[in-house]
Amino acid sequence: METRSWARDGLRAVGGGAGTAGLAITNLLLVAVALVALVLIPVPFLGLALLPWVMTLVRKRADLERRLAARAGIAIARPYRPRPERALPGGWRRFRWIVTDPATWRDLAWLVPGAVVGLALGLLAVAVPLYGVEGISLLPLWLYLSVDWYGYGFFWPIENLPQALLSLPQGVLFLAIGLTAAPLLLRVNALFTRLFLAPTKAAELRLRVAQLTVTRADTVDAQAAELRRIERDLHDGAQARLVSLGMTIGLAEELLERDPAAARRLLIEAREVSSTALLELRNLVRGIHPPVLAERGLDGAVRALAMSLPMPIAVELDLPGRPETPVESAAYFAVAEALANVVRHSRAGSARVSIRYAGGLLALVVSDDGRGGADPSRGTGLRGIQRRLAAFDGTMTVSSPPGGPTVVMMELPCVLSSPKTSPSSGTA
Amino acid sequence: MRVVLAEDLALLRDGLTRLLEAFEFEVVEAVDNGPALLPALIRHRPDVAVVDVRLPPTFTDEGLQAAIAARGQVPGLPVLVLSQHVEPLYARELLSDRNGGVGYLLKDRISNVAQFIDAVRRVADGGTAMDPEVVSQLLARREPLAGLTAREREVLGEMAEGRSNAAIAATLFITEKAVSKHINNIFTKLGMPPSDDDNRRVLAVLTYLNA
Repeated sequence: METRSWARDGLRAVGGGAGTAGLAITNLLLVAVALVALVLIPVPFLGLALLPWVMTLVRKRADLERRLAARAGIAIARPYRPRPERALPGGWRRFRWIVTDPATWRDLAWLVPGAVVGLALGLLAVAVPLYGVEGISLLPLWLYLSVDWYGYGFFWPIENLPQALLSLPQGVLFLAIGLTAAPLLLRVNALFTRLFLAPTKAAELRLRVAQLTVTRADTVDAQAAELRRIERDLHDGAQARLVSLGMTIGLAEELLERDPAAARRLLIEAREVSSTALLELRNLVRGIHPPVLAERGLDGAVRALAMSLPMPIAVELDLPGRPETPVESAAYFAVAEALANVVRHSRAGSARVSIRYAGGLLALVVSDDGRGGADPSRGTGLRGIQRRLAAFDGTMTVSSPPGGPTVVMMELPCVLSSPKTSPSSGTA
Repeated sequence: MRVVLAEDLALLRDGLTRLLEAFEFEVVEAVDNGPALLPALIRHRPDVAVVDVRLPPTFTDEGLQAAIAARGQVPGLPVLVLSQHVEPLYARELLSDRNGGVGYLLKDRISNVAQFIDAVRRVADGGTAMDPEVVSQLLARREPLAGLTAREREVLGEMAEGRSNAAIAATLFITEKAVSKHINNIFTKLGMPPSDDDNRRVLAVLTYLNA
């Protein structure tokens, strides 16, 4: 089993080496095109259009290299600045955006050394195992063709049969070395790529700031909208009902002596109004922060939620502690929204919620057996989840092919506090 | 009848005491926090305890936990739990020892004094008093109830709230005989063999709490 995965990784890396070497050659073409574009900058009309166009190609090539590096286990973030608004192809803005981005020049600087290193390491990754294969297949070839100037490994040229026989173990050795070394060579190439193509510290911070600015604006918007909704609900609902309650009781007070029967009717009415006001307040509280979430944390809240929905929902939880309150709340509402979507749109017969914590990441998965076709770019609910999670650097991915099933995967980086102390969570 | 009361808000505690005493209950102790509740329940062994779910010092579900712990030590100790919100999850935990004498109501229900007092008496007598909101949430779920007719569901709902056959007959405008026929059908459909055990009513409720 282990040997097989070692051989598979090795073979895959050999293939990767061939790809790397091949792609390295395109670097040289890109250098030539980029040089032409740079020289042509002073030419009116052409210059402003050509360089951004060439750089788009270069960036695509660099992105490809980043993806290959990710496959070799080295993650490299994209360092580019976001495209400014109204940056038309051939326009000045677009030209300035490309030229002033330091990442552009680092990309260009990488093309030649990247080609040299990629070519060398890629070819090495392919050549050593190939040489091993040659050693293994040498014996029949040598016997058959009986060439005498040819050799292998330590024997050059091969002069007798024992030497020819010994080329077989040597070939096996070379093949083993080649297959072991190929993934390492790809890794070295990826590390070299990272020197040029990863964002600098400054660029990384700038990207982070840009991202935080967006998520903060979203969070503030969402909070403000939420406050407005609460204010409106209180004003139109509970507050109005309490006013009418006061009036009804006041009237009953007046009627107590003159018409006790009417007073009694009014008091019954008053009691009903007070119940409705309480109901509204309760729903409002639930929308802000469900009491069961405060009392039992994510575990109890999600179980209670699953019980209250008109569909069988399997809940699987593995949480060694509780996240910070805001994160917990975001996680709960994300699951609640996802489940609400299932109930509303999926036509599913059953659903499943799985919540796990591992490696500093809270993973929430909501899946159903419905008809699929959910699209985050259209559903406001899914967009809402995305925004809610983004405030905590969380992510959401949706897999929902037509015909189903739909799987919503959400991840939230967080730390858990001390283990839960609730004595009864497994009474059922 | 002797009552132990647990409620942290003084306004509500005094109101409840006054209300219970107006109906000739004797409030032997009224506590305002979680840790004091369990010893009070064990010491007085009241005919019924009226307990708020959320109590100091943690303001989580201390009242519920104390009630469950007390019933662990004094089996069947009648407890009526009051809450600002109701969750089937909590109802299930309360009923999980399969004894009667349990109630779980929204605080709103207190305002309908007659019904509230009726619920307290029912719980004291070893019956159940589930909040209609819990019951309706349960009835909205499908699976274990799929085989029941609409009328049987109605009867089950009333039964889950804790009403007697006579009371159910009066609410649904049918004869008591019809009610007991429906109830027998329900027991059969939910897979509960006939027995004299009155707790089958509790078990029926528990069946869907566990569903």
